[in-house]
This record gives sequence, structure tokens and C-alpha cells, in this order.
Amino acid sequence: MTVFLFFLMGGLTLVGALGVVLAGNPVHSALFLVQTLLSVAVLFLLQDAQLIAAVQVIVYAGAIVVLFIFVIMLLGVDRREALTETLRFQRPIAVALGALVLVEILLLAGHSWATGAKTTSGVPLSGGGDFGNNIQRVARVLFTEFLWPFQLTAVLLVIAVVGSVALARRSGQPVGEGMDDTSDPQEESVS
Amino acid sequence: MSISPLVASLEITPSYYLVLAAALFSIGAVGVLVRRNVLVMFMSVELMLNAVNLTFVAFAKALNDTAGQVLVFFTLVVAAAEVAVGLAIIVAIFRRRRGATADDLTVLKG
Repeated sequence: MTVFLFFLMGGLTLVGALGVVLAGNPVHSALFLVQTLLSVAVLFLLQDAQLIAAVQVIVYAGAIVVLFIFVIMLLGVDRREALTETLRFQRPIAVALGALVLVEILLLAGHSWATGAKTTSGVPLSGGGDFGNNIQRVARVLFTEFLWPFQLTAVLLVIAVVGSVALARRSGQPVGEGMDDTSDPQEESVS
Repeated sequence: MSISPLVASLEITPSYYLVLAAALFSIGAVGVLVRRNVLVMFMSVELMLNAVNLTFVAFAKALNDTAGQVLVFFTLVVAAAEVAVGLAIIVAIFRRRRGATADDLTVLKG
């Protein structure tokens, strides 16, 4: 069953990823992105990452892709892009570089030193004492060892929200008028 | 019937997930390089971030350590912040230049 699910969801992930890159219409790309994200969420579930899978569906598929489609509809850019090449041979070189990246990663992953690290957080993913379920384990690590990075993410989110409001509103226009609606959904999505 | 014993004997090791994540990352990288639409380039960046998340979760499972899953959270936060700021930049560009492709930004090349 696990084997079947892995190959099914892995295939759907790759098909969705290729769809994102190859689809001519940005809306189709966004929908293929949803397919990829949901398939990856199932792959997370297969690896005992229940909380991450739920967050993946809620935040990525629920908020970020909606934001993408929102901007596509707002700007009306859902038309095909021009296929003229402004840089010569850009696309063949890009595909060759992508293949090179793949080969490099596979070579790196083949070495044992890339996978030699041992546990550092002291909270194993399964078993190993009275740590509770997956959510409790993640919370224990997040609020003890990763507390300082966690606080920094709060600063990052504040900066992102303020920055997107400052960028999206017209200069000289007070907040709360005109195009400011574009920055509202993401405040809800990331909180 | 002949294929079922093969499937039954097959075990999904972390290497399978790593190879899948590598393929996903490469597709995302090619997407960033090939596409001219800035929105689709953004979606390709999301693909690459998802590949990294998949790698984190695979290693968390392989090394039996919850820290890998916690790091996925930080990736998610950075991705959300990146999308928020990036789409605001796209909206600002579109308002000035009536186009959202990378070729519209060649004025940046000095």
C-alpha cells in the first residue's frame, strides 16, 4: 500500500510540476501547482509528518495559491506569453542546466557524508519516551530549541506585511484607499 | 499477477524521496530559467521550496529526529513572506509598465 501510494503521489507530483512549467496559461500553472502541493502533502503523511501535511494543505494550497490566482485575476495576465527569445539559446541552455542540477544533486545524495548527521534535538520522531503525538513533538522542539528562530519569524512576517503594503499602495496615497486590497489576504494567510 | 510479488518486496527507502525531491527541484529550476512570466517563475520557486521541504521530512524520518519537521515550518514562513512581498512587487511593476514578464524589466540592466 505504501509503495503504491508513493509511486502514485510521486507521479502526480512530477506531472503537476511539469504542468506548472509547461502550461501556457498562468491559471493552469496555478492549478497544476495545487496538484503538486496536495500530492506532496500525501507524501508528508506517508512519512509521519501529520502536522506538516495539514499545514501544507492549509497554508500552501489554501492561502498562497489563492493569493497567486488573486493576483492573476487582478492583473489580467492570463494570456499566453510571447515565445520570442530575447536571449539567444536561452531555453536549451536552461534545460541543460536543469539536467546538470539534477545530476549534481543525485551525485551529492549518493555520498554517505551527505546523510551522516545524527539527531541533535533530543526528540525522536517516533518512540523514545513520553513525547506524545506528532504535534506535541514538533511543538516541544519548536518552543525549546528553536525558540529564537521562531521569534525571528515573527519579525520576518511583520516586515513582509509592512513591506507588501508599502509596495502595493500608490505612492502619496494614504493607506485604506484604492489598490490596498491586494495586501489584505496575505496578512490573514500567514497569521 | 506477475508484478505483485515485485511490488510487495519493494521497500520505500528515504533515497526514493530524495530522488523525487531532486527531480522536483530540477523541474522548478528549469521553470525559473525558461519561463518569462514572473508569476509562473514564482510558482517554480515554490516548487523548489517544496522539494526542499520533502527532503527535510525525508531526513527527519530517516534520522528519527523531529527537528527536520520543525525546519519545514521555517521554510513555510519564509515562503509565505516571499510570496507576499513578491506579489506586491509584481503589482507595483504592473501598475507602472502594464506587463508582468521578465522581458519588461530589461531596463534594469543598466
